[in-house]
Amino acid sequence: MTERTLTPERRWRIPRLARPALLGVLGLVALAVLWELYKFFGPNNGVLIGDLTVLPRTSDLAMPHLATMALRLFEPVTGAATALPLWLAVLQACAFTLGIAAVGWIVGVTVGLALALLMQRFRLAEAAILPWIVLSQTVPLIAIAPLVRRWGAQVQLGEFAWENWMSVALIASYLAFFPVSIGALRGLVAPDANHVDLMHCYAVGWWKTLWRLRLPASVGYLLPALRLAAVSAVIGSVVAEVSIGLRGGIGRLIVEYAGAAGGDPGKPWAPIFGSVLVGLVAAGFVGLIGLFLRRFRRGEVNA
Amino acid sequence: MTHQTRRIRSIAGVAAFALGALALTSCSSGGTPDDSADAGDLTPVTLQLQWVAQAQFAGYYAAVDQGYYEDEGLDVTIAEGGGDIVPQDVLAAGDADYAISWVPKVLGSIEQGANITDVAQIFERSATTQISFADKNIETPADLAGKNVGSWGFGNEWELFAGMQQNDVTLDDITLIQQAFDMSGFLSGDIDAAQAMTYNEYAQVLETINPDTGELYQPDDLNVIDWNDEGTAMLQDAIWADADRLADDADYADTTVKFIKASIKGWIYAAQNPEEAAGIVTAAGSTLGQSHQLWMTNEVSKLIFPSENGVGLIDQDAWDTTVEIAQDTTNETGATIITDDPPATAYSNEYVQQALDELEAEGVDVNGADWEPIEVTLEEGGN
Repeated sequence: MTERTLTPERRWRIPRLARPALLGVLGLVALAVLWELYKFFGPNNGVLIGDLTVLPRTSDLAMPHLATMALRLFEPVTGAATALPLWLAVLQACAFTLGIAAVGWIVGVTVGLALALLMQRFRLAEAAILPWIVLSQTVPLIAIAPLVRRWGAQVQLGEFAWENWMSVALIASYLAFFPVSIGALRGLVAPDANHVDLMHCYAVGWWKTLWRLRLPASVGYLLPALRLAAVSAVIGSVVAEVSIGLRGGIGRLIVEYAGAAGGDPGKPWAPIFGSVLVGLVAAGFVGLIGLFLRRFRRGEVNA
Repeated sequence: MTHQTRRIRSIAGVAAFALGALALTSCSSGGTPDDSADAGDLTPVTLQLQWVAQAQFAGYYAAVDQGYYEDEGLDVTIAEGGGDIVPQDVLAAGDADYAISWVPKVLGSIEQGANITDVAQIFERSATTQISFADKNIETPADLAGKNVGSWGFGNEWELFAGMQQNDVTLDDITLIQQAFDMSGFLSGDIDAAQAMTYNEYAQVLETINPDTGELYQPDDLNVIDWNDEGTAMLQDAIWADADRLADDADYADTTVKFIKASIKGWIYAAQNPEEAAGIVTAAGSTLGQSHQLWMTNEVSKLIFPSENGVGLIDQDAWDTTVEIAQDTTNETGATIITDDPPATAYSNEYVQQALDELEAEGVDVNGADWEPIEVTLEEGGN
């Protein structure tokens, strides 16, 4: 009897907001333990099925100890006297990539929303545009990256000159607009038919229907789409940085540190952690938007 | 009423996020300087590299840093390469004035219609080797038969294939393995003989602890097949210019001579001051380790000096060998780089000869016959 009453009380001790954070940390710890356990007990040559490697080698080269990666973060990038500590260099690169991804996200979301509105308003537009939107995502990034850079180099409007980081942002937006346009369209057509009919009966125009009915109804679809777009924008930025050779971001660090994989196995992992951090921050931003739109979040759909 | 204010607040929230993000980018993009404003009467020139800033391009960075380009009236911007940037395409599209690329790679582009010209063959020798641990006993290309042979592909494989072909080793005799950016495939034993540039991947191995000794790997631990010795070396880093503009635009032709002249001075500086040159490249944004950067500077200088006929002059025999290999060597799909002879515009000694003449008139030693490389001690991880 006493135990039964105690347990729920204890649960209440942990603040509601802290629980997901606690679970998140627990997940990380579990991952770390799994890494070290496999490294300790796993076969030296990895797990093979036939000739196919299904699990990696456990050598210090292929799977450095987590401590090696962590300690490496606090050493300078190189032996040069002016070298920054690795964690700081990675954080600076994170800020750079995050900034570009944010621009790409904003452009992508704007374009995606505009397309969704257009497609909702005009049936013809949906039939004409939707297949192209889907098709656009089948074009590999490595094909469009040099093109975007080349076209960008020819843009010159008075004082404004296209810079390489804008090409990266544009490529990020190219990946980001897709989930938004699809998600927003689904959301905009989500209201019940009788709600739409009601608006018709009141002789309410399209704009007002949009503002009072369709937009609020779309929030549940839009938020997961925005989160997907944020993550796509980050991935797009990192890949495009490598692709067109932009300096300053995480992508460049991943390429430059890769060469140290043999002699300094902890180093290449630092920018990988950095890109994870950027992704988390980007998703976190969208979470904040979700807080502001809490009122409309009924029956959110998972994308 | 409350609904109204809430909605406004939520809109404000999104706007604040957008503004914050914009502010962030404006800060972070401030790092790309564009100093062309104070260039005065200098001719703006863009050079497209084939990879990111590293000592492989030390001569050009040194020429910028030491003001050699400015002395010639040029304001040179160096554009770094990237994973999907093809320098000869950037040049042919008119987005750069000059480009650095390997001859065999460009020969393919020329056959596809790019009208560009090798105006200075900066690297006289090839840096591509095939390395293996000594206990694998791979000392000649013939020994590659039956082995796991690594290659980066994408145009980096031809010297290897030509060397094998010359020794009657076919692609069916080996297991060709796609090599990554790093040497982990080689170090873990997946690759018996790995492709390695003398100035980069070879050093990466020597910067790694040998688990058997607890010390860094030593040159004695490795066998190196050098394609220069095997006779299948192909010409690598060259300065390429736009052939149409060379023919039609006298100013561009004139600029080309100046650009080559200052670049050669940069390379001479890098060869004579490797520590300073490595520092210049690092200051230009390369994050390679200090000892690795110095090693690269030193090794790249070895590809240039001593120079038989003067830095940059294209040697007819070496050119012919490169073209011959490009026509006769087949890859795993049976294709060759080119099928026809390259056009006469594919290379020209006219501009580099003029640059060399001017340099010699100024008393510059363009052969470096007495030049000696330094001894570089590699540190663990290249740091």
